Amino acid sequence: MQFDPFIIPFNIGLYFILGYVVLRSLRWFMELSRPDKLRLQRGFFGRAFGQSLREIFMESLLHRSIFKANFRLGYMHMSLAFGWFLLIFFGTIEADIFGEKHLNAPYKAIFFKFFNPEHGRSGFEAAYSFLMDLILAFILTGLLLAIVKRFFSPVVGMKKTTKHTATDRIALTALWLIFPSRLIAESLTSGAYGTGSFLTGSLGNVLADFLPAGRMAYPFWWLYSIALGTFFIMLPVTRYMHIPTELFLIFMRNSGIRTGDRQGTYSEVETFSCSSCGICIDACQLNFAAGVTDIQGAYLLKNLRNGADTSRIAANCLMCGRCDSKCPVGIELSPIRMIRRRSGDAQWSYRNLYNGYLRNRQSLPQVKKELKPSFGFLRKDDPDQADVVYFAGCMTHLTPSISRAMINILEASGLSYSFLDKGGGVCCGRPLMLAGKDHEAREVINHNSGLIWKSGAKILVTSCPICFKVFRESYHLDAEVLHHSQFIKRLVDTGKIKMNFLRKKVVYHSPCDLGRGSGIYSEPKELLAHISRLEPGSFEDDNSLCCGGSLANAVIGSKGRKKIASDMAGKLTAMHPDILATACPLCKKTISNATGVRVADIAELAAEALVRKTVPGFVQAQSVSSDAPDAVSGVNSANPGNLSRVCPVN
Amino acid sequence: MNRFGFSLSKGRQINYDTNDRSAAEYVIAGEPSLLACIECGGCASTCTSGNFTSFSLRQLNILLKRGENDSLRDELRKCMLCGKCTLVCPRGVNTRNVILLAMEAFNKSQDYAV
Repeated sequence: MQFDPFIIPFNIGLYFILGYVVLRSLRWFMELSRPDKLRLQRGFFGRAFGQSLREIFMESLLHRSIFKANFRLGYMHMSLAFGWFLLIFFGTIEADIFGEKHLNAPYKAIFFKFFNPEHGRSGFEAAYSFLMDLILAFILTGLLLAIVKRFFSPVVGMKKTTKHTATDRIALTALWLIFPSRLIAESLTSGAYGTGSFLTGSLGNVLADFLPAGRMAYPFWWLYSIALGTFFIMLPVTRYMHIPTELFLIFMRNSGIRTGDRQGTYSEVETFSCSSCGICIDACQLNFAAGVTDIQGAYLLKNLRNGADTSRIAANCLMCGRCDSKCPVGIELSPIRMIRRRSGDAQWSYRNLYNGYLRNRQSLPQVKKELKPSFGFLRKDDPDQADVVYFAGCMTHLTPSISRAMINILEASGLSYSFLDKGGGVCCGRPLMLAGKDHEAREVINHNSGLIWKSGAKILVTSCPICFKVFRESYHLDAEVLHHSQFIKRLVDTGKIKMNFLRKKVVYHSPCDLGRGSGIYSEPKELLAHISRLEPGSFEDDNSLCCGGSLANAVIGSKGRKKIASDMAGKLTAMHPDILATACPLCKKTISNATGVRVADIAELAAEALVRKTVPGFVQAQSVSSDAPDAVSGVNSANPGNLSRVCPVN
Repeated sequence: MNRFGFSLSKGRQINYDTNDRSAAEYVIAGEPSLLACIECGGCASTCTSGNFTSFSLRQLNILLKRGENDSLRDELRKCMLCGKCTLVCPRGVNTRNVILLAMEAFNKSQDYAV
């Protein structure tokens, strides 16, 4: 039996973390809701299992997603994760083959060199030592990158790196010490016995020349063991908990479990799966355009892990979803933020170290208490009956050129339609939801649902992506919900209306709630390509920017909005398009305040391109009524003259 | 007295010494842009709720600054937070945050629980 007291810190740490992870996983599993438990069971014995194993290899070890986003950062993460895995894997085999017996305790593999200093002199043994040295060198290059990144983040192509707490720093120091101390300990032992390969052997020989290598190795083996033990014990209260948790997350996600709208196991597992890699920080427009540097997803999750108050962080977000689409772990940051918004400024009740390890989940704040109704003043009018119901939305009422264009298109299509909120309708409810006021939002939703059901609509068309998202997700309607870009595209495809070609260079800005929020990317672009010269932009689809006008953020104020709008407008108009097209009235309004280029909604462009039909009862209007809100904003948005050609005579 | 068609009306003077301006102070601390408000009424004229009922953000701002919290707390809940007022404000007041902060202020103090 080979034993030495220095292995004790390592053994304590290792068995602690193994036990802890098992207990924690069991607890998470117990706290899942019953349907989610069944999902997980089905996933575990089904196809999701293989998929998860593959994902664990590709993501948790190779870090493919980070590689895609940023090569150097990906290399850093991969060399540490995959390298460490290889070191443990081949180390175990080494101990098994060359050790005194088969099936050793884990410490035999980790401290193999200490117990078998004569190993690796020649033949196959030397080749194996070479492999082990190669893996260690691979890890050390990644570690070097990590250390340089901490002090100078542009090295790995990151503008910012995450800030740390004191606990994080202790764990980080322990992690940084692990591999250099292993290198020095192995080198000194190798130097004393004249073994070791290209890395430990050469370094050992150099050190042994002027140092008493045999005696000096022992303290470094102690240091190596202590660093490992400290790291394992600190793991549950730091971001490094992501190492075991991410495996659990991958299984849960592949089994079909999602965040939902309540605090639960899945959102907690997500919270602990964040490695604070900082990709969300670089993606965030509040960071690079408005200089708000402490509210990004990584910080939200870090504060949740530490049990700190997150109400301020949760409120200060545009909910554009850029971080969601970029997160290499696939954490649903926006739903987690919404959960925090719903629970208001309720504090998490654990801040001491004991609760850091075993938190009392029962004390988490639930959804705020429900309040009495507040919108009793809404009238229950009977709407007009029609097949197609057009709901302009609040923001479209501020940009009436869009609703006018839509009415022109609807008239030209010859369909029976009604304009549901002609006289200024009720809000769709999403702004209330975004402020965490679901109960109030439900009142508004019920009111609008009643109107839409009564109208007998088969298709509900809306001009506002904010309304569109909530109609699709939170309303229970019989009607098909379409955004106007989809609707116009369909009219064109079915030949109900015909389009001319506008000889204009157009760049399309995909609104957040329509694109990332609802997955509608292709229809607006196809429609624009049909009627104009659509240029590909550098911020397409998932990577599209937010205009900054988002209702989700009530905190940043007009100056912050202006900064974001100017930044994104500058990027989108870099190729000098004639028109910056968008599909959202709020985007249109926000961007047109920040650029001199004409900003137009897709419906306006479609109405411009509309082939004029001679419809009885319609004559050419002579003058264009002034676009009042655009006049207020001080931007002359070159209102197209031919837009009112098919306006009905009032 | 009523038989003569007269009644005693409640006093309408605003007593700044006794009014509780803590809610206003809380809101202004969180959203200093409220001080830029010129009470033009643009917000009230574009208001979605104001289209249906006598709800005016301009009035709310005045009540808030005066500390007339009793009239304010029920009025606040008529807001649908649609954000049109923020977009039309000529002074760049972040009106949506003003309302959210005022709601928060009333939620925080037990005396004025909404």
